[in-house]
This record gives sequence, C-alpha cells and structure tokens, in this order.
Amino acid sequence: MTDTTPTASIPTPGASMKSPSRLSLRRIAEQPSLLVGGGIVVLMILIAIFAPLLAPHDPFVQNIAARTVPPVWYDGGSWEHILGTDQLGRDYLSRLIYGARISLFIGFAAVAIAGVIGTTLGLLGGYFGGRVDMVVTFLTTVRLSLPIILVALAIVAIFGGSVTIVVIVLGLLKWDRFAVVVRATAAQISRLDYINSAKAAGASTFYILTREVLPNLAPQLIVIATIEIASAILMEAALSFLGLGVQPPTPSWGLMISEAKNYMFFSFWLIAIPGTALALLVFAINLAGDGLRDLISPDGRG
Amino acid sequence: MLIYILKRLGLAVLVALCVSVLAFALLRVQGNAASALAGEGASAEDIAIIIRTHGLDRPVVVQYLTWLANVLQGDLGTSYFFKRPVAELIVSKIGNTVILAIMSLAIALTLAVPLGVLAAVYSGSWIDRICSGISLLGQALPSFFLALCLVMLFAIHLRLLPASGAQTWQHFILPAVTLGYYITPPFMRLVRAGMIDALSNDYVRTARAKGIPSHKVVLKHALRNALVPVVGLVTVQLGLLIGGSVVIESIFALDGLGYLAYQSIGYRDFPVLQAVVLLLSLVYVVLTLLSDVVNAWLDPRLRVS
Repeated sequence: MTDTTPTASIPTPGASMKSPSRLSLRRIAEQPSLLVGGGIVVLMILIAIFAPLLAPHDPFVQNIAARTVPPVWYDGGSWEHILGTDQLGRDYLSRLIYGARISLFIGFAAVAIAGVIGTTLGLLGGYFGGRVDMVVTFLTTVRLSLPIILVALAIVAIFGGSVTIVVIVLGLLKWDRFAVVVRATAAQISRLDYINSAKAAGASTFYILTREVLPNLAPQLIVIATIEIASAILMEAALSFLGLGVQPPTPSWGLMISEAKNYMFFSFWLIAIPGTALALLVFAINLAGDGLRDLISPDGRG
Repeated sequence: MLIYILKRLGLAVLVALCVSVLAFALLRVQGNAASALAGEGASAEDIAIIIRTHGLDRPVVVQYLTWLANVLQGDLGTSYFFKRPVAELIVSKIGNTVILAIMSLAIALTLAVPLGVLAAVYSGSWIDRICSGISLLGQALPSFFLALCLVMLFAIHLRLLPASGAQTWQHFILPAVTLGYYITPPFMRLVRAGMIDALSNDYVRTARAKGIPSHKVVLKHALRNALVPVVGLVTVQLGLLIGGSVVIESIFALDGLGYLAYQSIGYRDFPVLQAVVLLLSLVYVVLTLLSDVVNAWLDPRLRVS
C-alpha cells in the first residue's frame, strides 16, 4: 500500500480517519474475523489464479460414460473424481475450481466499475455541494428506485448473457452505496482546514479532489467495496441461476446449481457443493469486511 | 412542514418521470418494435401498417409523450405474448406478490426485532457475536440455493408443503420463509443500531437511575424510540424485498408480478416487462416519500435541510 500522508505543511484530518497503511500489524492480528475471512478470500483468489495447475481434469470435457458419479465419500465414488461428475460427466472439482475465477472476476471487475462511478459522483456532490450535489443526489435517488435485479435481467436478455455483459451491467447498477457514503464523507472533509490551506496554496480542484480528499476516503471505500463485491458475486450467481447471466458451458457456480437442479432429487450434492462454495466465499468476504470496519473505527460499529 | 412536503413531492414526481423515461427506453433499445408487434412471419406491408397505426414513425419525444399520456390513463399497452391488456395482467397478479411481501416482511420482523434488541442490549458480548454471526450467514446463503434446499426438505422428503404454484396458502409458506430469511439480516442490523443509539440516551439513564427494572427500560423506553427511525429505514430496504421477490417467485413459479416479469423476459414480451419495472419503481418512490414525510413529521429537525 502506498503512503497516502499529505505533505508536511498540511495537517492531517481527525484521528478517526487513520489511513490503513499506518495501522499496525498488531491490530490486524487482534481481529479474528479479518484474519479468518481474509484468509479464506486469499485462499480462494489463489485457487482461482492457479486453477489450471490445481484442477485434476479439464472442466469442459464431457464423459457420457461417467455421468453423475457421486463424490468420493458416497458409495460408488472414487478418487478419480473427488467431488464426482455432473450430469454431462464433467469433473465437478475442476468445474468448481474454475468457477471461483468467474465469481471473483465478476465480483472485483463489476465493483471496480461501480466504485469509479460512485466515487466520482460522490466526490463531486460532496465537495462542490449546491447544484452539483442536487444532481448527484437526484441520480442516486433514481438509481435506488429502479428494481436492480429486474433491470439487470432485462438488459442481459436484450444484449445476451456473457461475463463481459454481466460485469458491465452490475458495474453500472451497483454504484449507489459508493456515491452515498463518499458524498457524505467528502462533504465533511472539504470543510476541514487543510483543504482551505490547499486552496490558498493555489492547488487545482482536480489536485485537491484526487490528492487531498480521495486518500482520506480510502478506509470507507475499502469497506464498501467488500460489501459490494460479496453482493455482486451473489447477483451474478442469481442471474446465472435464472439463465440470464453467464452462459453454458462456462463453469459459474450459480449456473452449476441451475443446470443441476433437475437432478437434485437423486443427486443433491450436485447443488449442495456449488451452493456451499458460494456461501463460503460470500461469508468470508463479509467477515473480512466486518473486520476491516472494526479495524478502521473500533467504536463505530453498527 | 407544508413546504417540506411540497418539495419532497416535487422530487418524487421528477424521479418518477426519470424512471418512466428509462422504462420507455427499455422498450425501444430492444430493437425493432414494429416487427416484434407484428410477430413472426409478418410481411413488409403488415409491418408498415403497424408502424403507422402505432405511430412508430413519429419523433421519439412525441412517442414518449403519447405513451406517458396513455400510462397516466391506465393504458399500459397490450402484451405481445398473452395478447391481453398489460394493466389487466398486472391487476390479476399483484395480489399474490402483495401476500408474499406481507408474509415475508412479517417473518423477517419477527426474527429481526428480537435478535436486534438482544444484540444491542448485550452489545459486544457473545450474544451479540452470535446474532451478527447469524446475520452474516444469512447474507452469505444465496436465496435461490436456500429455496432449493427447503424444497428438497419440505416438499420432497417430508412431503409437507407444495414445491411450486400459488393455489393455496400452503404454496406461500416456502417462498415467504426464503424471502423473509433473505431480508432479515439488514433489518436486524438496523434494529441493533437503532437500539444502541436509543439506549445511550439520557432518558434511558434516568429511567435506570430511578430503579426501573432493566427489561422495562429496554422494552418500554428504548425500543419504542428506536423503532421510529427503523420503520423509515425498513421502507428504504423494501427495494431489497422487491428485487428478491423476482428471484423467489421465479423459483417457486408463484404467479405474481416477479414471475410475470421473469416470464416476460423469456418471451421478450417488453410491454409487460416495461410496466412491471415502472410499477415496482413507483412503489419504491411512493414508499420512500411516505417514510420521509412521516419522519419529518416526527422529527422537525429533518425538515430544515
């Protein structure tokens, strides 16, 4: 993490806005939820990155002779397919491993887009106030009144489902929380003395916004980003489950549940395995987010 | 107060107009409306007639204003697939969605209020941690996955409840439980935060100092005051309920607005989709308007900003 401390002549804002870089490792170690949640998330990211090395089989190769082979702990399971095979005979563990890529990529990419849109709007509204703020508040209100899942389903139906479309749609729809929080915090910060000092020193508005205001929003941004990544991953899964997200044969966890739901009566593990993976990932991200929030403001919970 | 209401009402009308433009655009971006209306195998002449009779050759602004005027008169167009007026379709489905919403809201509040109060009263203790653990788990479990698990258990193994449809009240139990569970965590967090806020007030300390038993202080003094802002926030969270109902209704084939919208996407029945998007947005706009006005009435400080 880069050092975000402003230059020495400008005083730093209040103690409640410590930048993450200056929080000692000891305090991170005192946050069990951050350690556990963050640990699982890092593990999942590593699994996603090294999927080709870890997956025992090709996740796309079908084997009609070995359909719905149960996982190794059931009768009839074998170590050849540790988590069994799906209704088309594809190795389930390999599909699960590659599925982590889809979930994590869509979660991070969509939130990156949403974060840029929401932060920009929030910064402008909070810093300038007045008419600009009215426009930002209005846009946020309009966005909040749209039923997000329905709009996402409709847009994917019109433009066709693919990873790119899902990322763009979720990115364009999920910026509201960024805008609301950044706007409120930026409005507080822009009234502080050091911003006036920067103005007096002749700094441009762009410089003040990006170098003086934005770095002090970093803690809040990280916390919102974790919440939104978890929620974007769940939305991708829901869209894919309804058949209007990532398309087959891409291994998305939501799509895996959807494809297997007609077989769940006889092979419940076909939906239980991707469902558990999804719940574990989202749980870990939220847990890490809670830990981060406590770390940033130990007394500001809730 | 009157000025505040008028300002707030003006904002709501502007938002509603913006949403209507977006809903109108939804029907236009999907490509050729005329050939969609004419159906498959229509000749060029048929399409030309439809373009003229539906005014599709006029400027987009005129088309939008005509459409808006029709909507305001309750004419939402005709469904491509069902060949029935959209307004009629919506009226026939809305009841099921309202029942589902009320049932799941009741389930969510029965869970969220006691858990949120417990977590706030014992804030920081292991009870608080268990409550926030439950809420974290609730947020992590995908609603459609929970729905399938409930179907497996109650409809297939135990044969207690039907798995899909909306014929009897039993059909609503599994969807309502799923949706209620889905919206419980955010409600619980709101109740907890509201209670912690209320418990830190002077009147609570005074009540405690007077020797009033702790449970009475919590329930009679703090909870009442904590719930006022929570009610307002809950209306804002209704967006979550509306969105969730689309997914849940589709899974359980519960014949409501969400299922209608899902079907209309599959059939590319855009007039229906457009109407449902517009209606759900308007419900949200009206609810937030009401909640803002009620809050401003209860708390005069809010009227100033």
